[in-house]
Amino acid sequence: MSAQALNRDLYRTVYLIRRAEEAIKENYLDDEMKTPMHMSMGAEAIAAGVCQALDRHDPVLGTYRSHGLYLAKTGESDRFFAEMYGRDTGMAQGKAGSMHLSAPEEGLIGTSAIVASNIPVALGAAFSHKQRNTGRVTAVFFGDGAIDEGVFWESLNSASLMKLPVLFVCEDNGYAVHIPAEQRHGYSDIAEVVSRFDCGVHRSESTDAEVIYTLTRDALADMSATGRPQFLHLKYYRYLEHVGVFEDFKAGYRPRDAFEPWLERDPVKVQREKVVGLLGEEAVAALEAEIDQQVAKSLEFAKQSPFPARSAVVEDVLA
Amino acid sequence: MTTTRQITYREALSEAMAQEMRRDPSVFVYGIDVADHKRIFGSSNGLVEEFGDQRCFSTPLSEDAMTGFGLGAALTGMRPVHVHMRVDFMLLAMNQIVNMLSSHYYGSGGTTPVPMVIRAVVGRGWGQSFQHNKTLHSWLAHIPGLKVVTPSTPRDAKGMLVSAIRDDNPVIFIEHRWFYDAVGEVPEGDGAEPLNGCRVLRPGKDITIVATSWMTVEALQAADVLARRGITAEVIDARTIAPFDVSEVVTSVQKSGHCIVVDNDWVHCGFGAEVAAQVYDHCYGSLKSPVTRLGFVPAPCPCTRPLENAFYTGATEIIRCVEEKLGLDQSDLSGENFFSYENKFKGPF
Repeated sequence: MSAQALNRDLYRTVYLIRRAEEAIKENYLDDEMKTPMHMSMGAEAIAAGVCQALDRHDPVLGTYRSHGLYLAKTGESDRFFAEMYGRDTGMAQGKAGSMHLSAPEEGLIGTSAIVASNIPVALGAAFSHKQRNTGRVTAVFFGDGAIDEGVFWESLNSASLMKLPVLFVCEDNGYAVHIPAEQRHGYSDIAEVVSRFDCGVHRSESTDAEVIYTLTRDALADMSATGRPQFLHLKYYRYLEHVGVFEDFKAGYRPRDAFEPWLERDPVKVQREKVVGLLGEEAVAALEAEIDQQVAKSLEFAKQSPFPARSAVVEDVLA
Repeated sequence: MTTTRQITYREALSEAMAQEMRRDPSVFVYGIDVADHKRIFGSSNGLVEEFGDQRCFSTPLSEDAMTGFGLGAALTGMRPVHVHMRVDFMLLAMNQIVNMLSSHYYGSGGTTPVPMVIRAVVGRGWGQSFQHNKTLHSWLAHIPGLKVVTPSTPRDAKGMLVSAIRDDNPVIFIEHRWFYDAVGEVPEGDGAEPLNGCRVLRPGKDITIVATSWMTVEALQAADVLARRGITAEVIDARTIAPFDVSEVVTSVQKSGHCIVVDNDWVHCGFGAEVAAQVYDHCYGSLKSPVTRLGFVPAPCPCTRPLENAFYTGATEIIRCVEEKLGLDQSDLSGENFFSYENKFKGPF
């Protein structure tokens, strides 16, 4: 893939995520999207870069903070917004909401609102594909809070033991809800601890989606050569409150001046500058206009869609 | 033509898994101990030899992760059977079972089913005490999206396990350890039994006894004693706790007018309360006495034998309950020696 095509794809993804979340911010106070929003803003480069490096249908799993992952994996926004609005046309008829987005046909098997719960699920998916020699890699995204949970360590151990094709993607924003890492960790460097397992480790603090893409490709090459699972430790800054659409610097648990250097290398800005250099301002503006229109149409589609029938409440409890 | 022969409950379990593993390459069996020399009390015998260590394997002691592992496999085309040596150990996986497995299909908008079986063994006797004896079927049955079964005969052990493996939902399959040496008629070949409805184990007209798991044996023993004084008890094995179909119980109670629920679990907020409520809903005018619930006393299970005997309910309590309901004098039970499989399970495990 040419540098132009790769970076254009990456920009399309980070811009779609940003635009979709801005649209959520713009409309959330209308109180029609009645679902707790855990925003991806600031983390766009991770979902974009990792998903770009994976095969389109490789299975991925995520958390309640998966707007970015869903949009990176699917590129679609109709069912996304319809789900936010609780409508029948959402990917789960509004039963899932923001915290449980999925798109199994595109490989997004599921997202969970219980921290760390999807980490072991990735092992099973990886086992299943390994047994059938499909060559697929399963990626699981989780925050740094998840590494406080026992099941992370159970899963890391088992994946290393069983040599499962799992890509662990730790999106580290330094806080578990509002508790900083130094109040939670009995060690200083998670990547160093993980490296003691039979697992490849790669780390980055970049907000450049192309850097994340390249790092992920390196990890996949290591997996392919050694059969070992891989762990990506990726730092980012969560722009907004843990849950909700506003900034939360007034709460006092993290200073705004820590945000400034991250904002200077905002992932959307970084990628935009790069593609303007590669493709020119006009082509970038046209791409943005296309995505703006996609999001606007999806919002309208969602608002016009009906709610599910009352009878749906007991449908699909059992298969 | 289907022929039957006598095999044990544990053989029935192995046979069901082997049969389904032969039929469907997506079926695999895993868990602590499944592939070691003890093979979960012999209930996974022969699998690793026939199907290899990629389809029958022991795991790290990571019940939580290994349950999520099963979910991931189930969501990507496989049919995992996860085995726990005790229900109590399965509790380490409650997040996965209750938060993840049960709601995945619903939360996926009905697109991705979870065809997974979790076998869990109930311990009793020889000092099992309070962390090796739980059943907890009503806990699990409380959660929409899970099926919960408690087979009590070799025929159901095979047939319900076959159906559980073929089912597209998570099925919790609860096996009482004392059944493992029970011998009974089991069909050769398919033998699938439906995962719904009760089974009438013994017909009768004077009283209805609904029992779960090992309590079916206690109920049948009580019915033998009662029959000697001309009382016929209808013994019904609940066998499918979720989804529960009360219709056979209703038919029976409308005939007998009396109902006892003997649960292999604690009474408070238990399965007996659910059955009682449904019986009141459907049989209010037919009842000659209130529905009685029997089960464990409200304490953790003690280790020492005299206290363990006091902890469990059984045939004696059932007989006394029937006598009271029917206004009969207490019969002399001093000569009774109620049969137990426990002798086959002398320690250390």
